[in-house]
Formats: sequence, C-alpha cells, structure tokens
Amino acid sequence: MDTPLIELTGIKKSFGPVDVLKGIDFTAYAGKVTALVGDNGAGKSTLIKGLSGVQPFDDGVVRFDGQEVHLANPKQASNLGIEVVYQDLALCENLDIVQNMFLGREETTTGTLNEAAMEFAATKALQSLSVRTVKSVRQKVSSLSGGQRQTVAIGRTVLRNAKLVILDEPTAALGVAQTEQVLNLVRRLADNGIGVIIISHNLADVFQVADYISVLYLGGMVASLATADTNYNDVVGYITGTKSLEGAAS
Amino acid sequence: MSNTSLATGHEGTIRDQVKAYFQRVRSGEMGALPAVSALILLAILFSSLSPFFLTKLNFANLFVQSAELAVLACALVFVLLLGEIDLAAGVTAGVGMALFVVLNQKMGLDPLLSVIAALAFGSLTGWIIGLFVARIRVPSFVVTLGFFLGFQGLQLIMLGDGGIYRVDIPAIQAIMNSNMPEWAGWVLLVVMVGVSLLIGLWDRSRRTKAGLATRPIAMLFIRLAFMAVLGGIAIAILNQNRSVSIKAIAGVPIVIPIVIVIVFIGTFVLDRTLFGRYLYAVGGNPEAGRRAGIDVAKIRIAAFMICSTLAVVSGLLHASRIGSVESTAGRTIVLNGVAAAVVGGVSLFGGRGRMMNAIVGALVISIIDNGLGLIGLPAGINFLVTGGVLVGAATIDALSRKRSGGSILRT
Ligand SMILES: Nc1ncnc2c1ncn2[C@@H]1O[C@H](COP(=O)(O)OP(=O)(O)O)[C@@H](O)[C@H]1O
Ligand SMILES: [Mg+2]
Repeated sequence: MDTPLIELTGIKKSFGPVDVLKGIDFTAYAGKVTALVGDNGAGKSTLIKGLSGVQPFDDGVVRFDGQEVHLANPKQASNLGIEVVYQDLALCENLDIVQNMFLGREETTTGTLNEAAMEFAATKALQSLSVRTVKSVRQKVSSLSGGQRQTVAIGRTVLRNAKLVILDEPTAALGVAQTEQVLNLVRRLADNGIGVIIISHNLADVFQVADYISVLYLGGMVASLATADTNYNDVVGYITGTKSLEGAAS
Repeated sequence: MSNTSLATGHEGTIRDQVKAYFQRVRSGEMGALPAVSALILLAILFSSLSPFFLTKLNFANLFVQSAELAVLACALVFVLLLGEIDLAAGVTAGVGMALFVVLNQKMGLDPLLSVIAALAFGSLTGWIIGLFVARIRVPSFVVTLGFFLGFQGLQLIMLGDGGIYRVDIPAIQAIMNSNMPEWAGWVLLVVMVGVSLLIGLWDRSRRTKAGLATRPIAMLFIRLAFMAVLGGIAIAILNQNRSVSIKAIAGVPIVIPIVIVIVFIGTFVLDRTLFGRYLYAVGGNPEAGRRAGIDVAKIRIAAFMICSTLAVVSGLLHASRIGSVESTAGRTIVLNGVAAAVVGGVSLFGGRGRMMNAIVGALVISIIDNGLGLIGLPAGINFLVTGGVLVGAATIDALSRKRSGGSILRT
C-alpha cells in the first residue's frame, strides 16, 4: 500500500478529566473513501475538529503525505489542502452558486470582482465531478434542493484544490434520490485522486461508497477494515461494542 | 474537459432570457417589479385625478422632492442588506446639518470645510453605532433608537429650542433650487449611456476571454436604448420652461446628477467589489461569512459608517432645499426612508436589495405625497396611505422570502 495521505498515531484529546480520544490510530488514502463510523459520543466530531485545526489534538503524531505536520489552526489545515464540509454547509442562500463557491477567495482584477474567471473555474470544478443536477451555476442557492446544496459545498472543496475532503453526515437530511446523487459525487471526488473521509450513521451508504471503514467506540479506534473484507453485522458489532477485539487492522 | 455542460444563465436567445426572467419572478425574486408597477399605476391615477400632476413644473418638483428621500433610502440599503436597521439616520442627518450651520454661520468656518466636518461627523456616528452592533452585539434597533432620542437632544442643544438657522450659501442653495444649462443635461445623458455601454462591453469581453457564453448583444443595446429614450424624454421635458411666472425656469435640477453619481458608485461597490460581495454574504448568512474568513464585524461597522455618512448628505440636500436648518430636522424622514427602501424591494431580512430599489421606492413614496397633496386630501390621509404601502411592501417581502427559501428542509 502507498503512503497514506493522512496518518494519525496515538492521538489524544481530553476535555478536563474526560478523555474523548484515547490514543487512536487512523489512516486515509488519496483516491479512497474512508468511512468514520461510531455511536453518538464516540468522538467522531472531535477527531474531525482536530484534523481541521479547529480544536487541536493534545497529543499524538499527524503525518500528511508522509510528512509530520502540526494542525494548530484552521489556516494550517487548509494550507495543507484539508477541507471540511460541515453538516450545516454554511452557504449564503441569497448568493448564487459561483458566488458561494468562491466566498472568501474571490478573484479580482484591478480591485473589482472578476465574475467571468470565477464562473469559468466554478463550472470546471463542477464538471470535474460530472454534476448534471444543477441547471445553472448562476442560480441562487435558495432555489436549490438539499442534494444540490451538498454539491455546491463539495464543489467548493474542489475549487480550493483540496487533497483531503472531510464530509460530516452529508446525506443525513436527504431523500433516497438525492442521497444517491451525493454518494456518486463522493465517489467521483475520490476517483479524481482526492482522499475522502465521510462520517455517516447510515451503514447502507457506508457500504455503498467507502473503501475502508474505521470504527470509533468510546474514544478508541476498535476497527479499521477494508469494506470488501467485512460485513454489515460485524460493523454493527464494533459500533455497539459487542465485538470488541482489535479487528483485522490493516 | 468533461462531456457534461453546465448552463450559466447567459446563453440562449432573447426569448430564453425573457422566459428565465419570468421564472425568477415567479420563484419570488421580484426585485423592483412591484414598485415599478406601483409607480406607473400611481402616475396614471394621479394624472387622471389632478390636472396639475402632469405639468412640467410638477414633474421637476417630484424629482427634487424625492432626492433627499432617495439618498437616505440609498444610505439605509447598506444596513438593511445586513438585516440591521438605522432608526437614527434621520437625526444623524439633523445633527450633521446643525454642525454644518454652527461651524459655518456661527464660527465662520469655510463652507466646504463645514460640509466635510458634517460628513466626518456622520462617519464617526456610524462607526460608534457599528461598534455597539458588531462588537458588543446590541441589536441595532435598540442602539439606533437610543441615538434617535439622544441626537434630538443634541440638535436642541446646538441650535436652541425652536432654533432655526438660515443657510446663506449660494452654492449650497443652488443644489436643490437651481438647474443645469440645457446642454449639460444632454451631456449627462450621453455620459450615462456611454459609461453603461463601456461597462457592458467590458463584461462581455471578459466573458468571451474566459470562453463563456454571452447574452445576445442586442439585449445590451435594447437596455441602453431604453435608458436613452426614457432619459431623453425626461431631459427634453426638464429643459423646457416650466415657470408659471415671468422668470423662466428650465434645465435639469443640479441635484439629479448628484443622486445619479451616488447611485452609480453605490451600485458599483455593491456589485463589483469584495466589500459589496461580503455585505451580501454577511446579510445572507453571517456564519457562512465567518467560516469563509470574512471579518464580519468590520463589514458591519463599515456598513453603518456608509449609512450615517450618506444620511448626512441627504440632510445637506434638505438644508439646501428649504434654505435653513431647524432643531427638529430629520425626525420623521427616517421612517419614510425605510419605507422607500422596502417598498422598492430591499428585504428587511437582509441579503437582498440594490441602489435602484431605493430610488424607485423613494419615487413611489414621493409620488404618493405629491399626488395626494395635489388632489387636496388632508395630510392625515397621506400618512395612512404611506403606512399602508409600507406594510404591503413588507408583506410582499416576507411572502417572497418564504417562497424562495422556505420550501427546503434544513437542519
Ligand atoms: N468541547 C467539549 N467539552 C467537553 N466535552 C466534549 C466537548 N466536545 C465533545 N465532548 C465530549 O466528547 C465526547 C465525544 O463527542 P463527539 O466527538 O462529538 O462524538 P460524536 O461526534 O462521535 O458523536 C462526548 O462525550 C462529548 O460529550
Ligand atoms: Mg458528532
């Protein structure tokens, strides 16, 4: 196996006396989808916040592309190419797709917005994901469905040349058809060579889209599995703690 | 490149563009459409009810009367876009005017310096209001209500109880009471059409260079022709003698190019600069703005500064028109200013609105005032009608917001 895109070893995080992450190991690869699953309170969000630099880890080693790095703040994470799509997406409904995708990183020429350049780049980013569900990139986000909004948020990470995209529950609020669209998008993101970490409570989604599955249980990484080598029941067992042996870790 | 193609909304024939426009209107993005319709209906109504409404003199008066309100409404757009409000804008204008006359008449300061001082006072006021709103997060409604009360006191202290100062500066009085020579009106129109043409062509060339579709160029020409014809008619009328006495009055009032420049710069800032983009973003979703790295507090403070400064400009126009400054100036106009912006299509919820909305709205409010006055209805009716129109406009605002954003479940 190649060097992992991101490799965590012995990661710890506590809030006061509460040890939320108890020295976990975790890897994700470029071009692969790694699902992070676990019951409520297992520590998934805490792990993500550490990776995005929002809430740095207390202890442990982070390697990005083989290099040891420090993720002390969001800026460092995004400089490395780590982008997080939070569940609430944080889009401006009154702005259109292009404007949202470029928010905070607008292209300007002689002090004025270069709409043409941004429209071109946004269109290209969406095309690279073979997006077909969006009628016009100049549509206001207020007119988009939940799945289309996810598309915009994911497209934004492509625009930013993300190397690692972390998606927090991207399908939680979606219906069947839109979930399918978003999962396709996640797959294409990985096919374009980007490393993807997806948090999900829906194991059907996980088994459909993920190459690897990592299970957190009460702050410990109880299993890191290749999707092909495991099954639904085993994963449920790890999540609920009825199966607690270290799994066939990679 | 991939085999899929994404539309941008720029391709297609004129027919497609018209269809797309109506689709946007149906989905709740009505912009200034209701206000423009109201404007036309009101004009037809009043011209059938009063023989004076359609006279050349009244036509010119309407523009001049609505100028102060239009500039105030433009000022308020900047804070309304954030979903905030500035109830103190009128009295900020009042104190600005008071400062101007005190400096100029009492202390003998140069008129230009006095104007600059008044504008600086406006910026300072906006900065302080902005600090309260953006840093301490006191609701703008409350902060500006406090300023609304406090500044009335400041006006009384500066000008004395019932105090009135005359503004004896020809240059200031000329703004609202004098007209440009005939040729200058035509130059104004040529410059406006020319600048619009250049901007339109510039945008097209950038799109073409980026390999993007452009709208049929005929659409640009139709828009410019529309502008040239309407503007031409207005200037032709204004350039005729509209006097009812022996002394001739003709020409485009000087205030008109001033308002046009304010609208042009305001529109440019809102549509084409980072500040404008961030203003809309923060108005639409402050959290999204913050995560995108926008300094939300700074944007909010800047918006209040622009609002208060432009409010003082509106106040100076008022002082110019009536030739004096009174200690009660600016108390009531702010409500009309908010009404004008909202009637014109600026959303009270933030994130939606443009300079042109404020202008159209100000014309609607002014035409109601002007028309009802000409018909000879008591002033009380005027308040009732204006209030009703405001509630109606706010209702349209709330409903269109529901239609364009409320149907999607979000967690
Ligand atoms: N800022 C915090 N302060 C104290 N405890 C926290 C904090 N953030 C998370 N926790 C605790 O850490 C545990 C894991 O939380 P979280 O990472 O959100 O789990 P998950 O996302 O897997 O549901 C929970 O018990 C939670 O109460
Ligand atoms: Mg969580």
